[in-house]
Amino acid sequence: MSAGIQLDDVCCDFGSFRAVDHATVDIKPGEFFSFLGPSGCGKTTILRMISGFIEPTSGVIRIGGQDVKGKRPNQRPTALIFQNLALFPLMPIWENIAFGLEMRGVDKAARRAKAEELLRLVDLPGAADKMVSQLSGGQKQRVAIARALAVEPSVMLLDEPLSALDLKLRQHMRAELRAIQKRTGVTFIYITHDQGEALAMSDRVGVMSQGRIQQIADPREIYNNPVNGFVASFVGENNIIDGTAGPAAGGLAGFDTALGGLRARISPEALGRPVKLYVRPEHTILTEAPGPENAVPVTVTEVSFEGAFISVLTQTETGKVLAAEIRNDGSATVPAIGAKLYASFSAERAALLPDATVRG
Amino acid sequence: MHKFRLGLAHLYTFLFLIYLLAPLAVMSGAAFNDSKLPSIVPWKGFTWHWFQALWADDRMLVAFGNTLVVAAAVAALAVIVGTAAAILINSISGRLRTVLYGMMISTILIPGVVIGISTLLMWTKLGGLIFGSGEKMFPFIPGLHLSVLGQVSYIAAMVMLLVLARLQSFDAGLEEAALDLGASHAQVMRRILLPHLYPAIGAGAAVAFFQSIENFNVTQFTRGGKDTLTVYVFSKVRSGITPTINALAFLLICITLVLAVWYEIARRRRARIEAAREAEAREAEARETEAMAEITGAA
Amino acid sequence: MLRRYGSGLTLLICLLVAFWLLMLVIVPNITLFEQSFRPYLPVTEIGGPRDVYSLDNFLKVFNGDTQITLFGRSFAIPVHVLTFALTILYSILVTLICFALAYPLAYYMAKIVNPKTLPTLLLLLFIPLWVSEVLRAFAWWIILALKGPLNSLLLFTGVIDKPVRWIVDYNGVVIGLVYTYVLFMLFPIYNAVQSLDTNQIEAAEDLGAPWWKIHLKIVMPHAKPGIASGAVMVFMLSAGSLLVPSILGSTTSQWFTQTIDQWFKDALDWNTASAYALLLLILCTVFVSLAMWLFKVKLSDIAK
Repeated sequence: MSAGIQLDDVCCDFGSFRAVDHATVDIKPGEFFSFLGPSGCGKTTILRMISGFIEPTSGVIRIGGQDVKGKRPNQRPTALIFQNLALFPLMPIWENIAFGLEMRGVDKAARRAKAEELLRLVDLPGAADKMVSQLSGGQKQRVAIARALAVEPSVMLLDEPLSALDLKLRQHMRAELRAIQKRTGVTFIYITHDQGEALAMSDRVGVMSQGRIQQIADPREIYNNPVNGFVASFVGENNIIDGTAGPAAGGLAGFDTALGGLRARISPEALGRPVKLYVRPEHTILTEAPGPENAVPVTVTEVSFEGAFISVLTQTETGKVLAAEIRNDGSATVPAIGAKLYASFSAERAALLPDATVRG
Repeated sequence: MHKFRLGLAHLYTFLFLIYLLAPLAVMSGAAFNDSKLPSIVPWKGFTWHWFQALWADDRMLVAFGNTLVVAAAVAALAVIVGTAAAILINSISGRLRTVLYGMMISTILIPGVVIGISTLLMWTKLGGLIFGSGEKMFPFIPGLHLSVLGQVSYIAAMVMLLVLARLQSFDAGLEEAALDLGASHAQVMRRILLPHLYPAIGAGAAVAFFQSIENFNVTQFTRGGKDTLTVYVFSKVRSGITPTINALAFLLICITLVLAVWYEIARRRRARIEAAREAEAREAEARETEAMAEITGAA
Repeated sequence: MLRRYGSGLTLLICLLVAFWLLMLVIVPNITLFEQSFRPYLPVTEIGGPRDVYSLDNFLKVFNGDTQITLFGRSFAIPVHVLTFALTILYSILVTLICFALAYPLAYYMAKIVNPKTLPTLLLLLFIPLWVSEVLRAFAWWIILALKGPLNSLLLFTGVIDKPVRWIVDYNGVVIGLVYTYVLFMLFPIYNAVQSLDTNQIEAAEDLGAPWWKIHLKIVMPHAKPGIASGAVMVFMLSAGSLLVPSILGSTTSQWFTQTIDQWFKDALDWNTASAYALLLLILCTVFVSLAMWLFKVKLSDIAK
């Protein structure tokens, strides 16, 4: 039913522009896998190569273990959900859903039955004879999912299908997509530039930038242990500090900066390369007395109360801005603007990372 | 806008409409005047006589039949060719597109006289090439089939423009979606692209049909002695005119009016249905937002 | 294209377009071109020693002088050249009148009229377009007749005291052509004006521009492609019309298409008819291109 997908050293060029650069990834059957990255990073190109609308310039794509080179979209066991959904406006809902079956020569009664069944699955019973223009945004979304499921694909490809919805509905649909994926067991490949979507839904995430896959890992790993500066700053917020790394010992290294000597984690790959220090605002603690390590004297310049947390901007003596987040547990004190405090963070929570993974 | 100028604008439009429609009224009126010459003055009394005379005019009926056949053939051919051309133009770009598009558009501007003579010349000369100077046969002799081909040469461009305009509002993503769902190229064409184009194709067929009925220049040079309505009416106007022509004109205007009103009613009905659907979608949207608010409220 | 429609459909589409452009447009016109340089000969002599290319057919334009008076001076000018010049001249006149009639209405339809009544107005305007050209010309033939309704009306209201002969010289032809083709001017201009942002007009009004200046500086420049396409259509249709000049022409009016028709139908000289038709096509094209260059309009603007 569901199939795995391997991309083996896949490149895709448009003229002299390299849209996808040596992408290698192994997506397991039944997995919910997201490609996350800014627009133009090559994630849509990967999706279109898997679905068969674009042929890779080099490399191999396997679906369910089989090389799909030269196979047209209609010959691949994939179903694509388009960014604008691409529902057929001139057909009623049930014909939309059963379109793939019609193309396979299934008779009308069976098509209708299957469409009704899928409409129940996506929680839209009774919509079979409506037209597309009668549906709300969320309902169209469900129809698009049902239409893709109707052909019983081994792999579903989703190209930012939630981007047209408003925030609340989008969050609701995330849960629903995830539930449908679990229920059907089909491999989902999801394209998005929204880190929240990727982290919330996926089993694993591939973060992309400039045609390259920067990191493939589960959401926790991506957030907690980004492999490079791009991943760290694309997923979540960071304080970024320039400096030079000293020798490493036990996974930690000293870091010489204008703010003084700091310490942070360093991975073996980053050794000997130019690095910066990345630490998340929620791991940056503000105290009146200097903390045990990595303490920097700062002045509070801006405080904004966000509800669940309090966001504080501070400035070091060198003028560098450091952000901190204080969780609002009900008793948290809001620092006053102009207050002289110490910003500190544990070396375990800070990482020395190169800018981006360079090939070679 | 100034009140006086606004009034002037309304008045002008009113006068323009009179200018456009009065001649048709005069022509129709003359169909009922019991006078040997087609005119509404002097009024010599009401009569149905010219309609009876029209019905008895065999040559006219033959011409009418010819016109319908020619128009149907032109509409069919022009729609096929024009739609293909629109699809081609829509999917190519650059210099080739500019050249082809320019060539297609220019056919509308070629004087009918030129089209008529050149079509006739080519087909008869082609016959000459194939059969020598001996007896020529269909389709290499003048006749209404050449009129059809000559008319298609420029009417196809009109259809092309209509279909192209509609194509530009087409979301190519729908084709990809259909391909992805397993449709073949032919199935995509039949189930997705053509249904989207049908309104334009229908309009194109109507335009082609009426343009063909109107056509005089091309037909005049290619018809080879056969009559169409336009040619026949023309010959009548030049030789002895009787108000039978007016009776004919009146009937044609009536048919046109009926078709126009029918089209307008259908258009309004479609617009109403579409508006109702959109209202329903808005309602569903509102319900959805409400439901979301409840979910997050409970959480 | 191939990827989008597959090889079979692409081939079919290309074949259909090739059939149109080659068999219905290009080859016929090449034949016309080729034949126009051959003499008109009896069937037996075609391909014989006398069947050689020459410019004779074209030079027939210069045969037979006629006298005309212009600015008080008399000229001798070949009849067919005169006919051609007058055809162009009166076609320009028709184009100008059509523009003057259509522009205010186009503006009214695009910017003033209540959107609810627009469909009805469009419907009314379309009716004459669906009625065939020959009948429209015929209608004016009735109206303009010496004992026709126009004279009756004017006599009755006392504007004139004896019937006026309307169809003299080129009057009838111009009236008929304007009536027949004014809608071809109206719709392109209407489309062009419609795409103008009404805020621009209001901004100009707000800045104190008088109404005529708004039209001259804002509306007309914006509508230029529409005006150009309307003008080209009306001019080419007028110059190429055979019906209207034949029905509404007087004894002293002659249209160039009528001359072509006479070579073809009366003299049965298809070769000279071809030469004349080619002249009409080329000279009209040159004239239109010249006018477009003068007003800085491109063909691609016109096709919109």
